[in-house]
Amino acid sequence: MSKKTPSALPLRYAIIIGAVGGLGALVFAVAGGLGQSSVTAQDFVNLQEGGNPHLGFRRAHAKGFCVAGEFVSNGSLQPYSIAPQFTATSTPFVGRISIAGGNPTAPDLNAPVRSLALSFGEGSSRWLTAMNTPPVMAVGTPEAFYQQIQALSPDPETGERNPERISAFFAAHPETQTFRNWQAGYTPSSSFASEIYHSINAFYLINENGDRQAVRWAAMPTVSNGETLDAANANALQDEFFARVEAQPVAFDLTFTFANDSDDETNPTVLWPSTRRNMIAGQIVVHQAMPESEGNCNEINFDPLVLPKGMAATADPILRARSAAYAESYRRRAREHFLNSSLQPSPQKESENNQ
Amino acid sequence: MSQPTTYSLSARIMHWGMAFLLFSMLFAGLAMVQSLQPWHLTLLGLHKSFGVIALIAVIVRLVIRLRTTTPALPDSIPALQKRIAHASHWLLYAAMFAMPLSGYFMQNAAGRPVAVFDLFTLPAIMPVSLPLYGFFREVHALVAWALIALVLVHIAAALHHGLVKRDGVLQSMTGRKK
Repeated sequence: MSKKTPSALPLRYAIIIGAVGGLGALVFAVAGGLGQSSVTAQDFVNLQEGGNPHLGFRRAHAKGFCVAGEFVSNGSLQPYSIAPQFTATSTPFVGRISIAGGNPTAPDLNAPVRSLALSFGEGSSRWLTAMNTPPVMAVGTPEAFYQQIQALSPDPETGERNPERISAFFAAHPETQTFRNWQAGYTPSSSFASEIYHSINAFYLINENGDRQAVRWAAMPTVSNGETLDAANANALQDEFFARVEAQPVAFDLTFTFANDSDDETNPTVLWPSTRRNMIAGQIVVHQAMPESEGNCNEINFDPLVLPKGMAATADPILRARSAAYAESYRRRAREHFLNSSLQPSPQKESENNQ
Repeated sequence: MSQPTTYSLSARIMHWGMAFLLFSMLFAGLAMVQSLQPWHLTLLGLHKSFGVIALIAVIVRLVIRLRTTTPALPDSIPALQKRIAHASHWLLYAAMFAMPLSGYFMQNAAGRPVAVFDLFTLPAIMPVSLPLYGFFREVHALVAWALIALVLVHIAAALHHGLVKRDGVLQSMTGRKK
């Protein structure tokens, strides 16, 4: 062992402090967003919460209820995908029907977007899909989507939406045109059962040869509108659906649209031409509907990137961004449920507590 | 039989291999939970796959540790400091087990499959539950920070032995010139 030279000691300590301090600083910098683009998953969920989170609830689509049923496949997609759901068989599902927004007690009929989310299969066959009423996204990147939510959010001072800010956003984003055209022609139905729910993003079907086919899908209603709803009832759509399922199962045709080589499957703002091949894969049959407190959909994070073997995600930037943002919302509400076991998923219970 | 002055070659390979793996996993985890970029999905898949490898590695490493003779700390080190050194090593082992296990359990509680390089999928061993996910998700994050703190202290201590005290403790893991 060499003799210690006292004069070198400060240098040696400096090396230790520099190495450990540098490494520690790097860890903190990465944890604090070093290398991240301008918008993170946390930014998104913070924006959705708007500084006023509803504890225990999903940060987006907070209000909803559970459904259960089966997907009855007709086997027609089997040449395109090895996913077991597409063999000519019936696969049970748990799902959730919801409205957009972070408020778990919002009136059903005011929501601009309605959703149907489904979970079927287990292990490597698990498939989660979160479908919404619009067929396309307004914008194609998470950064632009963040700006969209900002522009559409009510002004914190007035509590009203700012039309100037909204039109400025749309003017700056011409890719929103397809979405706005849809919005202009869309009439909300008087039942969750008579809506069309779209995958919005495109995915790949993969067959046993490894061939990939880009597709979008939609749950197409098999029933027409019901009676006019009581606009004063905040749960009008929910009550209507519960009564409907009580009487008879509610079915949707799960219809797949096949992209051509000329379609860009990574762009969720563009609608594919109506001449594209459509194929009905089977029927989604809802047998039961129940409040979240009585069902088992509340614990599911409907992350659309959980796909079975035989399906894969496209490089669509919005699709790829959904996973991390959903996970952050899921983490927050799960933490709240862990720390406070009295939290109930049912909006009705929350309003009781508030009284 | 006299005690060796260095860790066995297998122990040293496991140490440096896992050091590399753990740093990769920690940085991947910290970046991944924030990122909305397209590579998120790929990194998440790799993180889960390598997490399973990390669990297997720490089991192998523990067996090696228990079955080989470890070098004694020099007599110049006070007894209390020796006890702290040993405790820190067992805390590192505890954290190295807790990281992959809490990751596996949180995926279970979320009902999400843990696929290993698309080769096979681990079985689900607990029910899907929001509070359980909340617990294991926070454990996964807290243990990650504890592991980072332990590793930084570990590196500082190792460098202190190697650069200031020069008592051969650092060389017991880096190896010695023959």
